Amino acid sequence: MHTGRVAALPRANVDTDQIIPKQFLKRIERTGFGPSLFFDWRYLADGSPDPAFELNRPDARGASILLAGHNFGCGSSREHAPWALADYGFRAIIAPSFADIFHGNCCQNGLLPVTLSEKAVQQLFHRAESATDGYELTVDLMTTIVRDARGFESAFAIDAYRRDMLLQGLDEIGRTLRHEPEIAAFESARS
Amino acid sequence: MEPRTLFDKVWEAHVVTNRFAGVRDDGGPVLLYVDLHLVHEVTSPQAFEGLRLAGRGVRRPDLTLATVDHNVSTGDRGLPVADQVAALQLATLASNAREAGIELHDLDSPDQGIVHVIGPELGATRPGSVIVCGDSHTSTHGAFGALAVGIGTSEVEHVLATQCIVQSRPRTMEVRFTGTPQAGVGAKDLILALIRRLGTAGGSGYVLEYTGDAIRALSMEGRMTVCNMSIEAGARAGMIAPDETTFEFLASRPRSPRGEAWDRAVEAWRMLASDPDARYDHAVVIDSAALGPQVTWGTNPGMTAEITERVPHPSDAPSDAERQSYHRALEYMDLRPGTPLEGLRVDRVFLGSCTNGRLSDLREAAGVARGRRVASGVRAMVVPGSQRVKAAAEAEGLDRVFLEAGFEWRNPGCSMCLGMNEDILAPGERCASTSNRNFEGRQGRGGRTHLMSPAMAAAAAIEGCLVDVRGVVRGRG
Ligand code: SF4
Repeated sequence: MHTGRVAALPRANVDTDQIIPKQFLKRIERTGFGPSLFFDWRYLADGSPDPAFELNRPDARGASILLAGHNFGCGSSREHAPWALADYGFRAIIAPSFADIFHGNCCQNGLLPVTLSEKAVQQLFHRAESATDGYELTVDLMTTIVRDARGFESAFAIDAYRRDMLLQGLDEIGRTLRHEPEIAAFESARS
Repeated sequence: MEPRTLFDKVWEAHVVTNRFAGVRDDGGPVLLYVDLHLVHEVTSPQAFEGLRLAGRGVRRPDLTLATVDHNVSTGDRGLPVADQVAALQLATLASNAREAGIELHDLDSPDQGIVHVIGPELGATRPGSVIVCGDSHTSTHGAFGALAVGIGTSEVEHVLATQCIVQSRPRTMEVRFTGTPQAGVGAKDLILALIRRLGTAGGSGYVLEYTGDAIRALSMEGRMTVCNMSIEAGARAGMIAPDETTFEFLASRPRSPRGEAWDRAVEAWRMLASDPDARYDHAVVIDSAALGPQVTWGTNPGMTAEITERVPHPSDAPSDAERQSYHRALEYMDLRPGTPLEGLRVDRVFLGSCTNGRLSDLREAAGVARGRRVASGVRAMVVPGSQRVKAAAEAEGLDRVFLEAGFEWRNPGCSMCLGMNEDILAPGERCASTSNRNFEGRQGRGGRTHLMSPAMAAAAAIEGCLVDVRGVVRGRG
């Protein structure tokens, strides 16, 4: 269960080129991408934060839940995108829909993608907009429910396998390796 | 037996276990065996590092193939790599490949090139196989009747360690292109028209199978262009059933089977086509004869129009949510609703990428450029998809056609498709590009990308503006 401040980014089709532009993909580590998150939107040409960008608003400071429009994370398969979001401090992303590869990449990194209906997300945008000094949400993976302190509540769906992985923080490779005999049998059957 | 689709057949032949990880419900993921794992420098270093930290090895280096493409310079290969961070990434892949015994086509290899160009070229891409790569445009390989999906770096590590991926079964969509396209309308136009129709998320959760006369008539290069951009419609993969065109393409490739083994392979590949009564979860039909050349006007590949159309108004957006996107896109692209697309001035032209960097693409563009000159003030570059493409193009004199027309002729790599190297747009520059993504800043911060076919891009270079290639070719007389 996670409770945290919401950063609202009311844009659709946010692609991974925006989340982490290519010039930052040359690193060979998984960490340190947070400062480059949304680089082209976040900073002005002179390197100072763009006050007009949603994440730079004072009420989004310290946010750990990102609220966004549909088809979030479309485009490239770069896992640098969830690495950057997680490194920045996000623990969950709420949107009406996610791009396929990005969704999988988030789960691999303990960053929870929460799919809510378009209507529920619109409601959250309104609530975030009208809360003047920051808006908080609670995302509960156990009960698969998102709620705020003022009566908003909505269930979300996530497949059992992913939920399990996220809750138990399981090493997926280790899990697959338990099927080693089946993999070996498959290999020898076709060679 | 139930009639099955091409996808069903490939999927079912690769399920290692469907009692995976104790999750029993039908919608749950299965473990799928991977026949070919393609690796490049940008999405692999953290995966190899992860293996090392866990004390794990690479299970099947013989089913893994690596190349460098994303961050390589397309300039003089005789010089050391100028970008130190990029150089480290290249060196890291080289040492990882050496250590694991993985075949690598490094900068000095005659087979170096964009990962999705060299796989098919070498005959590593085979019908009926499961192919993965830490790259979204892995869908390209589906042109051969393979199930080819893009994966993230954690999954790259997973495949290196286990030679399997965890996948939940996608739904299937038949995309049928009927009729015969007009002259000047090709594979790129078919796929852009589809993405316009479906939207960038319309294929989400699906594997697309392309069928119909217009697909059958395409060369393998054209089919790869179509499958390549399946991901831009949000699809997991795109596939085309193998046929004589496929077999002919593969017949003499370095890694293709020979002799009796070849005959057996072809026999098996013929069985892959979807059964006549196979059912898809969804179907779309597009009359290819009705399509004109397509060009994107906005900041995602769904924002496409015919070259004869005008820049749309936000109120033309298909939904409320999209209206906002239209606003933003028009502002970013510096376009006014109602402006004719034809006649928009361009500063740059990019011919290349895994979508359109193959020999037939270069021929198509050279056909337009031959005997003409790039308009003054326009910088146009041609970046072949691989060393083999480059050599073949030079053997038939295409390099001279381009150079005489005033194009730059560069070394293979992803180049300005994503601008990880020095090939980028300056802020505000407008570019006619044969690549696959027109996202904000994709080709350089503030750069404005219009996606189109190689013929259309070459025509834009000559005219200095977006132009209907049908008129340009006719005008040649
Ligand atoms: S050419 Fe472009 S789309 Fe293709 S692999 Fe390279 S960067 Fe990706």
